[in-house]
Amino acid sequence: MEQVEQKDVEEKAPSVIDRYYTRWYRADMKDKPCEDHCILQHSNRICVVTLAETHPILQEGRTIQTINYQISNACSRLNNKVSGKSKRGGQFLTEFAPLCRITCTDKTEYTIYSCIRGRLLEVNENILETPNLLLEKPSTDGYIAVILPKFEESKSITEKLLSREQFESVVSKRSPAPSQPS
Amino acid sequence: MLPLKEKDKPIARKLLTAGCCARCVLRFCCVSTQASYRQPLQAPKYMETISRANNAAVIETHEDPPNKRPKLDRSVTLPQSEGDASTSANVVPISKGETSCVCPVCLGVLQELCGVIQAKKVCGTIKSEDYQFDTLVLSVSLPAQLCVREVIGSLLTFREKGLALDKDDVIQVKEAFKWVMQNLLLKELSGVAVVTKSTFEVGVEFNHPDTDADCHFLAAACPDCFKPTKNKQSVFTRMAVIKALEKIPDATFLRQYPCPPAQPTRCCYLPDIQCLHLSVFIAGRYNKFCRSLPQTPWLIDGERRMESSVEELIAEHVLSAFRAAGFNFSSSGREDVDVRTLGTGRPFAMELLNPHRSRFSRAEMKQLQETINKSSEKIRVRDLQIVSREAMSRMKEGEEDKSKSYTALVWTHKSIQEEDLAFIHNIKDLVVDQKTPLRVLHRRALAVRPRVIHSMSTRFLDSHHFYLELKTQAGTYIKEFVHGDFGRTKPNMCQLLNSDTDILELDVEVRKMCIVFFGSI
Repeated sequence: MEQVEQKDVEEKAPSVIDRYYTRWYRADMKDKPCEDHCILQHSNRICVVTLAETHPILQEGRTIQTINYQISNACSRLNNKVSGKSKRGGQFLTEFAPLCRITCTDKTEYTIYSCIRGRLLEVNENILETPNLLLEKPSTDGYIAVILPKFEESKSITEKLLSREQFESVVSKRSPAPSQPS
Repeated sequence: MLPLKEKDKPIARKLLTAGCCARCVLRFCCVSTQASYRQPLQAPKYMETISRANNAAVIETHEDPPNKRPKLDRSVTLPQSEGDASTSANVVPISKGETSCVCPVCLGVLQELCGVIQAKKVCGTIKSEDYQFDTLVLSVSLPAQLCVREVIGSLLTFREKGLALDKDDVIQVKEAFKWVMQNLLLKELSGVAVVTKSTFEVGVEFNHPDTDADCHFLAAACPDCFKPTKNKQSVFTRMAVIKALEKIPDATFLRQYPCPPAQPTRCCYLPDIQCLHLSVFIAGRYNKFCRSLPQTPWLIDGERRMESSVEELIAEHVLSAFRAAGFNFSSSGREDVDVRTLGTGRPFAMELLNPHRSRFSRAEMKQLQETINKSSEKIRVRDLQIVSREAMSRMKEGEEDKSKSYTALVWTHKSIQEEDLAFIHNIKDLVVDQKTPLRVLHRRALAVRPRVIHSMSTRFLDSHHFYLELKTQAGTYIKEFVHGDFGRTKPNMCQLLNSDTDILELDVEVRKMCIVFFGSI
């Protein structure tokens, strides 16, 4: 009985993401296999960068060793400061701007990218304290960064991204990997 | 017929030769008895003498002290103008048989334009607009070139002869006009007092495009007085022109501007008469029972995203009752589209612009409130009343200090039992740090705001639902407290219950708190 109930819950579970966001995907970022990113675009045009369920970090029971927002000698995403309503001062990102580097305990290293053009508003500092958040709740509490695209570009940024259906079809065409995406 | 003294004689002669009207002569002779100006210009006696005399200006002096009402048994003649009889073709019809030459100083403002015909016209407009008023104030706007021409009048009289008459004693055109016109209006509108301060304003704005160029020479003479304007409006405002005229030396003035000036062919005209009633303010409290109604109209790129709004539902009936042109809506706080407003209701105030009707009895206000409440199930209004302008600005007062009560319907991912919620009742004054929610981050600055949740209680519904009642500090984002907003509100309900949670419904209960500026009916 409990199990059936739980499944029902899963099926019609309300979610903030479903209500207010559209999911867009970037598959195989920088041609690295399966390094898929998911961009959650709010109806007010703000975008949240997250790992797609298929990302290697979330596979094979990996644990995270470090998350580093220092992407170069000169630049740390942690130094990003925005002020005022117009969010002045935020670092401007292009699609391939790195947001952070994640090292797992099995020595694998991954770079997470912006995927869209826009002003960096914030990076998730909670995952620095609690890296598990990234593994347990990659779509919500484990988000990577929040980006504000330019007003004029808010519609066009999604042109280079895949919709949910398109992404799922890309994934289904991949050669079977040791652990399937959920 | 003019109450003039011996010393005024040369002034009057000079002005009349230049073609000035009788009233302008009186002004430059510093006659301050209002009644003198109210004598009609085109009285039959005047006409006889005009036709009899030709170019000579004949003035009889009168020995009466200025304050006594003068006996008007003398006549004054006006010289014939050189050209044809001028016609003011634009607006004011001239009665037959009159030779009218437009006064070069007042451009006709003190001639036909302050006569009975004009007064009747103004009254006609006032009556047709159908305002409710006891008193009115007449506001007059004259074209800037009248300042220039006033200087001519001065130059013709005082400055040349070096007469020691104080400029301040000269009666201004606007003042003389009001002396005449206000009296005429009083006669036409019985029972209405024309005063200096009133909630109802009748504005007459005179134009004289023919002589707009009069001021232009000042731009070359005193360029620093004229700042370029952002709008397309003329840079020759009254203020700027007056400033320039004060600066410019007489000699320069006379070089640039003919003295006496050429006789204008047409008098000023009055495009239209503006009636304006001072704004009226109303206030009340509203409840919102609908989960798809924004407080103010929701438009994106000019397109309406959601039908109607709280303010429109209220304004519709208020505007028609007060016959107002528009409104400004202000409320003490606001709620989301999908949140109901329960309890005694949220205080709001409205400024009604240019209301044609401004007086309502308490019974009538109650009637209006009933009308609003009957018209829609989505909102309800109470304590509707007329308030002062202050109420509007005080509406936002103390918004930060208030505490709010909310009821949220919470969904839990994890299956729960009633006992699992017991600990919530014991939580007092919980401080939550809320980063600016993502849903408003596009229009608010990014910041962390600590807010206090004073107390909470629950009502168990089923294994995945319960009602959460909260008393919080004003400005707390309840939705984000429940679902966590990507973990950016800490602590949040997901953490407290150790389960994913979401909010399905929210109601806000606004209690009647310390708002003292208006009471209940």
